[in-house]
Amino acid sequence: MRNNPKALTGLVALGVFVLFAVVGPWLAPFDPSTRSNDLLQPPSSAHWFGTTHLGQDIFSQVLVGTRSVIFVGAVAGVVATVLSVLVGVTAGYLSGSAGEGLSALSNVFLVIPALPLIVIITSSLPETSNLTIALVIGLTSWAWNARVLRAQTLSLRRRDYVEAARANGESTWRIILFEILPNLTAVIASGFVGTVLFAVISEITLAFIGVSDAGGWNWGTVLYWAQSQQALTQGAWWWFVPAGLAIALLGTALSLVNFGIDEYVNPRLRTRSSTRGVRMRVGFTPVLAKETS
Amino acid sequence: MSYLLKRIGFYLLTVWAAVTINFFVPRMIPGDPVQALITKQRGQMTSEAVRSLYVLFGLDKDESLASQYFSYLGQLLRGDLGMSFTFFPSPVADVIGDGLPWTVGLVGITTVIGFFLGTAAGAVVGWRRGTWADSLIPVTTFVSSIPYFWLGLVAIALLTGPGSFFPASGAYEIGLVPNWDWQFIGSTVQHGLLPGFTILISSVSGWILSMRNMMVTVSSDDYVTVAHAKGLPERRVMLAYAARNALLPNVSGFALALGFIVGGTLLVEIVFSYPGLGLQLFQAVGAKDYPLLQGIFLIITLSVLLANLLADVAYLALDPRTRREG
Repeated sequence: MRNNPKALTGLVALGVFVLFAVVGPWLAPFDPSTRSNDLLQPPSSAHWFGTTHLGQDIFSQVLVGTRSVIFVGAVAGVVATVLSVLVGVTAGYLSGSAGEGLSALSNVFLVIPALPLIVIITSSLPETSNLTIALVIGLTSWAWNARVLRAQTLSLRRRDYVEAARANGESTWRIILFEILPNLTAVIASGFVGTVLFAVISEITLAFIGVSDAGGWNWGTVLYWAQSQQALTQGAWWWFVPAGLAIALLGTALSLVNFGIDEYVNPRLRTRSSTRGVRMRVGFTPVLAKETS
Repeated sequence: MSYLLKRIGFYLLTVWAAVTINFFVPRMIPGDPVQALITKQRGQMTSEAVRSLYVLFGLDKDESLASQYFSYLGQLLRGDLGMSFTFFPSPVADVIGDGLPWTVGLVGITTVIGFFLGTAAGAVVGWRRGTWADSLIPVTTFVSSIPYFWLGLVAIALLTGPGSFFPASGAYEIGLVPNWDWQFIGSTVQHGLLPGFTILISSVSGWILSMRNMMVTVSSDDYVTVAHAKGLPERRVMLAYAARNALLPNVSGFALALGFIVGGTLLVEIVFSYPGLGLQLFQAVGAKDYPLLQGIFLIITLSVLLANLLADVAYLALDPRTRREG
């Protein structure tokens, strides 16, 4: 990872967001919900990101909201990853109808549009909190990774070393835990990062349409108020720009980490070597001149 | 042919799963939502409408779960999705019927254009790896991390306003009556441009990235080397050898990603007050209009499945291996 600048940048940026999630509420200069007399002020030295129609400090709202965003992302990511490993690896390792059934189950969850599903479930719940939102997102978004893991397991279980372990009489559990899972680490990690990104965007989208933790703040709630109070027609750009940029930066950080993992898994994707056209290999007899165009 | 039949069987399974989810989810709603609506409408509801809502919510306590489930299925088959709370007294089916053409028009057209543009651009960028084209990647990564709806907000702030060509909301000029004359069509196109471009910009970058990665993987395969060795022109190697094969995972990826894309694009409708299913979903969440929410979920799922089926047909045409018997 160290000689991969993309992944390193992503990890550092991610670290900053996690740090804000932990200390944000203590650092915030104002209580995000407290009203003041500075109504709809543009950014100034007192209010770095300006204020809302009620005089609330937007910088504090974004800072305090980081915790909820990171929390939902992490919890949903863990839930979905555990489920996808259970379903995906089992479906890949078991042959016959059990494997087929699990595979069909993940395909069903994959084609059902996730966002409308999450919306109908969360709006029917007796109470919505960060935890329930995270659980609903986690329970509905494991299918993609399960599919990837199943394909990977299918190709691993026929490898010689797995056959050898089976011939040695190792138990199925031992084969899955110690022979197959370690070789899936990169895939699982990349799936986790991808799910966190999906969960973060889903949570913010939910909050934007009005389903969020009662009384809590996240970047989506900030945008919800900006939209419902006509921030756009009043020219209050500072109301929605910071939250949106925060989402895009967090998303970019997560994507960069994932690129790092992808390039680690698939060395062909590394951009460093600028070979184009023909790539020479030892033992490949007809030597061609490199394309000159 | 057996490939297509298998897919259709799978889609029927998915429809059943979506319907079943829709049957069980409303049981979590606290209290009696139907009673709340009856009180609100002060007895204006017919007993038939009340009855259909009770079936929809599974609040019919006298019946067993199984018979509730079957009367629910029967009701769906008759096209009865219940009564909308917000658009009372319109049935949900009529409300969705009003919104669906706008969503299909806006989201359908932009998603397909986005896929073709992104795939073409990704093929070129992946082929010219190590040149200036690589500098596009950080930009597309950043753009694809931005939620669709936020890009819409920025577009409204920057490009609309008094005297601007782009309207900030709606699908056509207020006062026009929807019909097929030029004035109305022109107005529709004018109103659709900005939401359309918003969806296009966010969706194109995802396709560029995935197609680029496939091109890079494919272009170091042996058959591409052989094509070069045969002295075929660069263009032909790129299009007929590398891109043709890199396209396949992108087409199946298109089918799988549709569910995600549709979710994002519905939000663009909310931002632009575009009268499609997304805006109705927003209104339904705000008003706790459960029948409308469920109806929208079902219709969106059905549309995505239909689009998936079309993608399967395209895949069938592109990949000869799927046509092989056995």
